[in-house]
Amino acid sequence: MSTETLTAPTTGRAAEPARPARRPRRQPSWRRLQALKGAAFTLPFFAGFALVTIIPLLIALVQSVFQERRTGLGLGKGEIVFAGFDNYLQGLTSEVFWMGMLRVGLFGAVVIPLGLVVSLSMALLLDAVTGKKAKFFRVGFLVPYMVPGIVATLIWIYLYSPKVGPLTPFFEQFGLDLNFFAPGSVWPSMGNIMVWGGIGFNMLLMYGSLRAIPGEIFDAARVDGASEWRIAWAIKVPHLRGIIVLTTMLSIIGSLQIFNEPQLFRSVSPQTVSADWVPVQMIYNQAFVANDPYYAAALSVILAVVVGIASAIFYKFTNRPVS
Amino acid sequence: MTTTGMPVGEAVPAPVVDEIMGRESRAERRRQRRLEEDAPVGYKKSKWSQILVLVALGAIAFYSIAPVWWLIVSATKSGSDLYNSNGLWFSEFTLWDNLVQLATYKDGIFFRWLGNSIFYAGTTAIVTTFISIAAGYGLSKFVFRGQRLGMAIVIGSFLVPGALLTVPLYVLFANLGILNTPWAVLLPGFISAFNVYLAKVYVDGAVPDELLEASRLDGAGELRIFFSIVMRLMVTGGATIFLLSFVGSWNGFFLPLTMLRGQDQWTVSLGLYSWLQTRADQTVDLTSLTITGALLSTIPLVIFMVSMSRYWRTGVTLGAVK
Repeated sequence: MSTETLTAPTTGRAAEPARPARRPRRQPSWRRLQALKGAAFTLPFFAGFALVTIIPLLIALVQSVFQERRTGLGLGKGEIVFAGFDNYLQGLTSEVFWMGMLRVGLFGAVVIPLGLVVSLSMALLLDAVTGKKAKFFRVGFLVPYMVPGIVATLIWIYLYSPKVGPLTPFFEQFGLDLNFFAPGSVWPSMGNIMVWGGIGFNMLLMYGSLRAIPGEIFDAARVDGASEWRIAWAIKVPHLRGIIVLTTMLSIIGSLQIFNEPQLFRSVSPQTVSADWVPVQMIYNQAFVANDPYYAAALSVILAVVVGIASAIFYKFTNRPVS
Repeated sequence: MTTTGMPVGEAVPAPVVDEIMGRESRAERRRQRRLEEDAPVGYKKSKWSQILVLVALGAIAFYSIAPVWWLIVSATKSGSDLYNSNGLWFSEFTLWDNLVQLATYKDGIFFRWLGNSIFYAGTTAIVTTFISIAAGYGLSKFVFRGQRLGMAIVIGSFLVPGALLTVPLYVLFANLGILNTPWAVLLPGFISAFNVYLAKVYVDGAVPDELLEASRLDGAGELRIFFSIVMRLMVTGGATIFLLSFVGSWNGFFLPLTMLRGQDQWTVSLGLYSWLQTRADQTVDLTSLTITGALLSTIPLVIFMVSMSRYWRTGVTLGAVK
């Protein structure tokens, strides 16, 4: 593996020197040279890809079948032994891990459609106004996208906070005593952050796609007497299908690996959010707190398989998104 | 990795990027005119639905802007006012004192973090733009063995969640001895299958085959063609890739959290997170520091997006083929 990455660039460089004198007649050798040159353009990427994707994948697979057996108090280095599928068994039967998986599954099932509906309505509403108004709302809607991910979570954590935030006193006026960090409400609190952070960009994609629809179609529909609502439902939404499918797919993959929000919530409310609250947190903790990279590797592989299955199921139910 | 900021596979159409800064494309103006002048006889938009649309837009805009407004207002307050005044309006204006506190706390470590973030995001974005355009160009305009496999790898790896590779990457980098160096954060950022896919889509659309053939007939070498023709035609696509990578890197949290152990190497996100964790500090009220820092860490991103808007022009290639 590593030798390949070391020798590959040299073959690429050998093909690099441009030959000034080219024969006018096309010959197979020229074609082969062209092919080599074309491949050379992709080399930096694929060499890097091997280093930061393929090798780590192999490392994960190899590590997942080993264990470190420590003796005595578990201090110092134990010996590393082949463990077969022990790590996998441990992971597959770990209640904590699957609880985390269930959490993100249910969470995604609520948050993804919600975010989608909000960003779709934003795009359609924005498409219905023109001129200065459109400009103002367009910039306003993009504000959340301009806020870095961690900062977005920080802002909301402070907004939720009973000490600093304005939300708790606001709801108290209506006689509601809300604790945003209570076990029951921590999910909606997080879901709101995910929706808030994601809508701007998704709206932008959908809006851009709406702008690409030729105006003649709308003219025709209007002549036929279709209302604006009808046009939105029957022309605009079907047109966005491809983007909606893809956004959803990437959101599914993203939501199974939530980490930032729970990790920050944990600093504020450790009694509600445990160290292994979501799968990626558990992997992180196994690797760096419990010092067991072998178990962490097995958990990563299991999570990857689950993500793959989830994507495949979704893929099956929709058309091929990437043409 | 959250769902935020993840662009979508159907490449971001260039007009979209125009939309960001609210520049109206010619097509859009045409469309509006058509709506105003050429609307069919007897066609009227009902007043009520217009009002309804505006109310809904206003509500969503409030939801989008209010939290940031709160951040701006809070960054101007002293520690005690944070707890005792209305969150959505100013009280005593102490922004300057907050900034001084931020600059002096632990010898101004916050500004060091800010510099690190700018360095990581800038370097990542520049390098990944070049690597991705080169790879996209190779996959789009050449025929070679393994090309289809390459494309399959690119599209297939959208589905590999980045967070799952982070722990094995840590092991790899530990063996290479580059943990705790900028390389550990930069290298994974250089390689983005999604950017390559985006670049390929843009090359397909922006670089005409005839132009390449003509320049080959004129005797230009492949490298020269790439740097002086392809790169120029790819200004729009390149700017988009650059922007998305910059934002992605700036937002990164899990990767730097794993790779960087020393405070000096940290990014702004890591620093703010550490302040959130150690809420109790005897000397300074970290809450007001964190809020001011959070506001400051947003500013470079906003400046960057606004300044990049100049390069997002569409139709760069029009007229290239005569």
